[in-house]
Amino acid sequence: MDSGGPAQAGRDTRIPGAGYLLVVLLIAFSIFGDGFATLPNILNVGVQSSVLLLLALPMTLIIMTEGLDLSMGAVLSLAGVVLATLLMNGNSLAAAVAAAAGVGLAFGIANGLLVVTLGVPPFVATLGTLGIAQGLALVATGGQSVVGIGDALPALYESRPLGLPFSIAMAAVACLMFGFVVRHTKLGSYVSALGGNREALVLAGVHVNLVHIGVYAAGGLMSGLAALLLTGRINAGHPTAAIGLEFDAIAAVIVGGTSFERGDGTLAGTLIGVLTIGVLKNGLNVLSVSSSLQVASIGVLVIAALVIDRAVAAGRTAGSRA
Amino acid sequence: MKAVAYRLLAVAVIAMALALTTDAFFTLPNILNILRQASLTFLIASGLTLTILTAGLDLSVGANVGLSACLAATVMKSSGSIALGAATGLAFGALVGVVNGLMVTALRLPPFIATYGMLWTLNGVTYWFMGGETIHGFSPGFRALGSGYWFGVPVPIYVMAAFLAAGGIFTRYTTLGHEVYAIGANREAARLSGIPVRARLNLVYTLSGAMAGLAAIVYLARLNSAEADIGEALTLPAIAAVLIGGTSLFGGVGSLTGTLIGALTLTLVVNGMNLRAVDANWQPLVTGVIVILAVWIDVVTRQRMESRV
Repeated sequence: MDSGGPAQAGRDTRIPGAGYLLVVLLIAFSIFGDGFATLPNILNVGVQSSVLLLLALPMTLIIMTEGLDLSMGAVLSLAGVVLATLLMNGNSLAAAVAAAAGVGLAFGIANGLLVVTLGVPPFVATLGTLGIAQGLALVATGGQSVVGIGDALPALYESRPLGLPFSIAMAAVACLMFGFVVRHTKLGSYVSALGGNREALVLAGVHVNLVHIGVYAAGGLMSGLAALLLTGRINAGHPTAAIGLEFDAIAAVIVGGTSFERGDGTLAGTLIGVLTIGVLKNGLNVLSVSSSLQVASIGVLVIAALVIDRAVAAGRTAGSRA
Repeated sequence: MKAVAYRLLAVAVIAMALALTTDAFFTLPNILNILRQASLTFLIASGLTLTILTAGLDLSVGANVGLSACLAATVMKSSGSIALGAATGLAFGALVGVVNGLMVTALRLPPFIATYGMLWTLNGVTYWFMGGETIHGFSPGFRALGSGYWFGVPVPIYVMAAFLAAGGIFTRYTTLGHEVYAIGANREAARLSGIPVRARLNLVYTLSGAMAGLAAIVYLARLNSAEADIGEALTLPAIAAVLIGGTSLFGGVGSLTGTLIGALTLTLVVNGMNLRAVDANWQPLVTGVIVILAVWIDVVTRQRMESRV
């Protein structure tokens, strides 16, 4: 029942179940997957995981507040359509990216207002905005891809700041920024307190609702920004390009050890979760397992990670009793 | 009862508006078509209603319909036996429900996470299993289940009526049904009063899966073909139907009759959009807005009731 163990267990040193899974997967794929353990392929895992990481970072914070954002994939798709359409019509890259980020931010704020101000349960509120974002993307494009987006975005996407692929660099910057905010500003402790200790925050005079809405707004903004990477990679905008990606993000967060019940979790754990999913997908690709089964394998991965976490927690409680 | 009357009034108003503004609405074929479509949505949404009554949720119903229909179609084609195919679909649907139940009760996953994971897992397996193939052309005897008529009324409406009656008796007049409401209203109180909460939750998720399996058979008979994406657009409307029908996401409040009215309301809206030649791409947007409005009303109603106490 109480899988959390003693609070002083030091949550930063706790290894989520995914840590073990990641090692096992790395070893297994290195042995059985021809060409898995090569530098280009490892970089490839990073590139493939970067969009997911951009979503999983804010998703961690949202889940820590006992919330959820199911609209991310649809909002990302819509932002991609907006980005591609503006580029196709000859607008500057900066303007197009700003518009995509703006669309994402607007959806994030809408989610926050629905959940925090109106009190609609998060999974239904964001399921509703999922439908709205998906509908808008489909109506705007008639269900077709937006192609002919010019050279500016592909050039940026192919660039190598500090020798790293652009998407890895962008994901790293996002990681550092989220890490800084969570560890070194008051906002970080407010977010963890939102999940389990809201009353205390109110008494301490914190603008709780504003912080809470801000968490959802960050989710929307990051979905909008992630459109930059996705559109750069597929060189087009597609109304359903990222449908379901929020599930991967949720999976990464759970696999990374964040709990819904207690409002605890770490961004480092989520990073491990994202890499585990990236390695799993890439390794199955190398073993030529169909992409549809890769989707299903993530469901199995989540269950496996949870079972390991429960077992480890049970072992720890038994150990501390002895 | 008053709530049901208001909802019926809303249905009547939408129907009236459509009858006045379009020529094709108030014709017998169109009315029967609406009822047939609503009965399919009801079948998918009925098991879902039970899970929501326990303050849970089953987001996997649409994907479950998809894979159950594809499996049923495959078995039907390869064995030539309608009964065997239908039994496969039904059994698989129920099996998915059993797994959902275990994730909720044994792994203690929040229902929306467990069943959302199940949604994508089922989707993945369905695409892999079908490999881009379409299975179509079933025997007329089977197709009658989806598109046939008895005494001038579409067969799915009889199926819907049978399950509405059975479900109504279950929820209103059996101890099991009362326990479902009790768990949703106050889980801890239900546990303390001796209700085996885990066993009841397992039952409810299994029923939800089985109803999805049943809906898959009727849906397959109606479409006369199975493709991997068959269940993709079914989840949001099913949830919308339950919520419009007044079943509260917070558990313990609601009814299957409400869900039927919800399914009718939603079908009327979609039918009206079709008759007015609105681009089908607008449907997810409109359904999304309806879902948010319905839950918002639920939240406001609940707050009013609490402040009155």
